This record gives sequence, structure tokens and C-alpha cells, in this order.
Amino acid sequence: MSEQAAAKPVDQMSFEEAIRELERVVGQLERGEVALDESIALYERGAALRARCEKKLQEAEEKVARITTDARGEPTGTAPLDG
Amino acid sequence: MDLFEDAPGPGEGEGGNAHEFTVSEISGAVKRTLESEFGWVKVRGEVGRVSRPRTGHIYFDLKDDRSCLAAVTWKGQAARLRHLPEEGMEVVATGRMTTFGPQSKYQLVVEDIRPAGAGALMAMLEERRKKLATEGLFDAARKRPLPFLPEVIGVVTSPTGAVIRDILHRLRDRFPRKVLVWPVAVQGRGSAEQVAAAIEGFNRLSRGGALPRPDVLIVARGGGSLEDLWGFNEEIVVRAAAGSAIPLISAVGHETDTTLIDHAADYRAPTPTAAAERAVPVRLDLMAATESFGARLAHAAGQGVAQRRQRLTDLGRALPRPETLLAGPQQRLDNLGDRLPGALRAATHRKAMELARLPLSPATLSARVRHDRRVVGELEGRGRAALTRQVERARERLARRTDALRPETMAVRLARLSERLDGLGARLRPALVTTEIARERARLESLDRLRETLGYEATLARGFAVVRAGDAVVTRAAEAERAPALELQFRDGRVTVGRGPAPRRKGGEPDEGQGTLL
Repeated sequence: MSEQAAAKPVDQMSFEEAIRELERVVGQLERGEVALDESIALYERGAALRARCEKKLQEAEEKVARITTDARGEPTGTAPLDG
Repeated sequence: MDLFEDAPGPGEGEGGNAHEFTVSEISGAVKRTLESEFGWVKVRGEVGRVSRPRTGHIYFDLKDDRSCLAAVTWKGQAARLRHLPEEGMEVVATGRMTTFGPQSKYQLVVEDIRPAGAGALMAMLEERRKKLATEGLFDAARKRPLPFLPEVIGVVTSPTGAVIRDILHRLRDRFPRKVLVWPVAVQGRGSAEQVAAAIEGFNRLSRGGALPRPDVLIVARGGGSLEDLWGFNEEIVVRAAAGSAIPLISAVGHETDTTLIDHAADYRAPTPTAAAERAVPVRLDLMAATESFGARLAHAAGQGVAQRRQRLTDLGRALPRPETLLAGPQQRLDNLGDRLPGALRAATHRKAMELARLPLSPATLSARVRHDRRVVGELEGRGRAALTRQVERARERLARRTDALRPETMAVRLARLSERLDGLGARLRPALVTTEIARERARLESLDRLRETLGYEATLARGFAVVRAGDAVVTRAAEAERAPALELQFRDGRVTVGRGPAPRRKGGEPDEGQGTLL
């Protein structure tokens, strides 16, 4: 999971992937297990992940629609949901 | 009369005054009586054999432990039935009694049919649940994890009413999202088919299509009676929920109500509101968490540097001065330098001791030399004697040769050779050669005389002649006859004779030669 997430570009991550990776990065830094050079790279990655998370959180927009169907029950499009 | 007719005695004979019905009349009378008396009845019993021909009518039996009643639901009414009769179901059927004259039968025309009490319905539900469970539709292994933060949420429910409002409201509170509502009837006949079609319809949407494919589905309905919720127990709905590739949350009825779709769903929410809560996390919580992670990130990074700086300082402090590093080795060097001369002397002494212990002394050496010298002396004596002998032998051989080599012997030998030369010189005289020549000449003359006697010229002297024709010698008479002229050679010259008439012939071979001669 973390390896997969590490391979994926940050700007393509879902919120969940980004925040899990952020948690992992923070944990790694806090344990102080990494070399100094690496810790700088990790910090930068963590900052990018945090930005990604915040962006996904700001994309909170409500949009409600009702699916319209034809006589056979196949979806044809959307209409506003009344009431 | 009327009185008698109304109450005919049992003993009356067949030929009495009783009204005589035709079969149809009595059949019609029975029908009327039955329908008026039982125009609206409720009958409780167990459903027996059920038959549903293509006409759409439903024929079935209702029975108890002793009797059986034929029942029918006409096509138009069958579509409105909330529950269809299933064999073995305990039901209360409502309808009217009627007869079927052509076959002398009576039956109940059923308008409505309900399971007889909740217990019976629950028993049936349990049967169905077991059957679907054995197919594995409810297996935990089939359950998909719900997405943490879905972008699009699909809701299958009635587009009006409290349920969708509750869901939307709770979503808005927590994390506003895109919501697609697929409107369906959530009770009554046909609702199960609509719900199943909606689940399948959402699954058919493609991710990049005009309608966004939801990341999670909520199938919801408010509370109601067991019958009201019955559609969510139908097999078609359960199968659609189990087969959904999109994770599905069921929220049907109140917390205490359990329908079969709940078993097939990936997550069962007790209420529609709870479903919305399960579908999305709280945005503010996530923002706080992100914030917290950000703070920890900055702190951890700063801490990492600070810790390293501290450690560097500590280590720097612990680093010893160069002089102290050198002091130890220097002392060791001094110590060893002091010990070096003594050690050298001790080592020399030790070597001398070792040398003394070795079995090598001047006495043994000189004994050995004496021995060798003796050997050499002996060898020298033997060599000298052998050499003297050889020289003497050679000298003797030389003396012998020298004796043989004297002037007298040489002179004798020279005289002998000179003598032999004189002898040879005496034999070498001219007469030796001339005698030989005279002998060879005499031999030649005699040979020439022999030649002359053997030659034909000598023969000519004795009277013979040689006949020639031209240059060729003629030896045969036939040749002489053919030749135009003949030349005869005698001892003293040649004569040519012409050819005259043929000479006489006496026969005989010598004639030829004779003729020629004549």
C-alpha cells in the first residue's frame, strides 16, 4: 500500500491515499530513522501531501441530481431533485 | 299446498309434488345461494398446489388438516397482490365464494392474500435467507471495503419523502458531495424490480461517462411494516445487491428491522442517516487531522535538525585533544627505547649460548680435515704410480719404432726398388713393337688374298661372266628374255649383246644360265 502510494504522483492521489502517505511520512520523521538529506526530501513530500489533502477537502461541493430514465428504465440524463 | 311443498316429508315418493330442477337450474340456484351467503369471506389455510398458466390467472388450493378449497385470483387482481401465494404458506385469503357449474365445483375468488400473521412471514423469510446463504451471497469474503471519501454517491430510494432529505442533510453536514438519486418505488408490487434495476443501472455507468459512476451506493427506505419492507427481501433485490461491483450500503427500515438486502450489502446501516454518516467522513475532522499532520511534519523536521545539532555538539565536546591522543603512544615509544640496548645484549648472549650448545667444535673439525687429507694423500700416490707406468709403456713403444727407422734398412729397400726399375727398362725395346707390326701386316695380306679368291672377278678368270640388264644383275632366264639388251662382263671387259630371235630351248633349268652364256 505505502509502496504503491509512494509510486503514485501526489497530485493524482485520492484524499485517503494522500493522508495515509502523509501519516507515514510524519511517523517516519518523528521516529528520526532517516538520514538528514532524506529527511529534507521527506519533509518536502509531506508538505506536498498536506497541500493535496487540503485541496481535496476544499473540493467539498454539494451537487444533487435525479436520474431520469426512459421507458425501459435505462438512464437518459439528470434532472433537479424536487423536494 | 305451500306448506306441503315447503316441507316435503322424507317418506314421500319420487312421484311427489317436489319441484324438478334441470341440472343448470340447480347449478344456478346453488351459485346464487353460495354467492349471496359468502359474498365476502376471509379464509385461513395453508397454500397447497399453485398453478400459474400463461393466462395470468393464479389457481391454488387452500387446505387445512381435513378439507381443501379451490381458489383463484384473476389476472387483473393478481398484479395488485402484495404477496403471491407460495406453496406451504399459511395465509388469510379474502374474497368471495362462487361456483364453477360446468364441473360442479365451487371456489374462492381471492381479492387479497396475506401471510397469516408475522410468524408465518418470518418463517418464510428465514427459509429464503437460508437458501440464499447456501449460495454464498451473504459471505463475508464477498464484502467490499467502502471508500474513505467517495466523490460521487448513488442513492436508490424514493425521490420524495424524509429518507432522501435525511441522507442529503447529513451528507451536507459532514462532507458535501455529488449525489445521484435513482428514483424508485420503495413499496408495493414492482418496487423490488425497480430497486434491482437501479442497482444494476448504477453499476453499468462508466467512470468517464456522461453520468459519473458512483463510488458508493446507498439503498434506503424508511421504516414500515414487515409487508411494507417486503420488496427488500425479494431475491431479485438481494442478488442485485450481492452482485454490485460498487460498494453498497443498505439502510432499510428502522434499526430493528432486518431485510435480506442487509445481509447482501457490504455495510448495513441501521437508518438512512446512519448510511450517510458511514458514506462520508466529517470534513472538519479531516481538516483538523491534516492540520495536525502538517504541524507534526514541521515539528518533526525541525526536531530532526535540532537533535542532530545537539548530537554534533555533544560529540564535539567528547572529542579528545590531539596531545592526549599522542601521549600514550609517546610514552610507549620512550619505554621501548629504554629497553632496546639491554634487549640487544641479552639477545646476543642468548645466541652465543645456543651456539655453544651446538655439536660443532674445532677438534671435530680438525679430525675431519686430517681424515680428508689422508684420503687425498693416498689418492695422490696411486695416481702418480699409474701415470709413471703409462709413460714407460709409451716410451717402450717409441723405442721400438725408432729401432726400425735406420738408414741401412732404407738403403736396402731403395736398392731393391731400383733393381726392379732396371729390369722393366730392359724389357722396353723397339723390336717389341716392330715384330708386332710385321705380324699384323702378313695377316692382312693373307686376308686380302682370301678376299680376292672369294670375289667374282677371280671367277671371271676361270671362264664365268656376269650378265647385266642395265645396272641390275640378271640371274634368271625369264629376266634375260624380257630385257631388250644384256651386258656381259668378262675378265678383261664388258660386251653388250642385242636380243635376236628367241633361242632354242631344250628345257631344263640350267638352260637359263647356259643360254645366257651362249
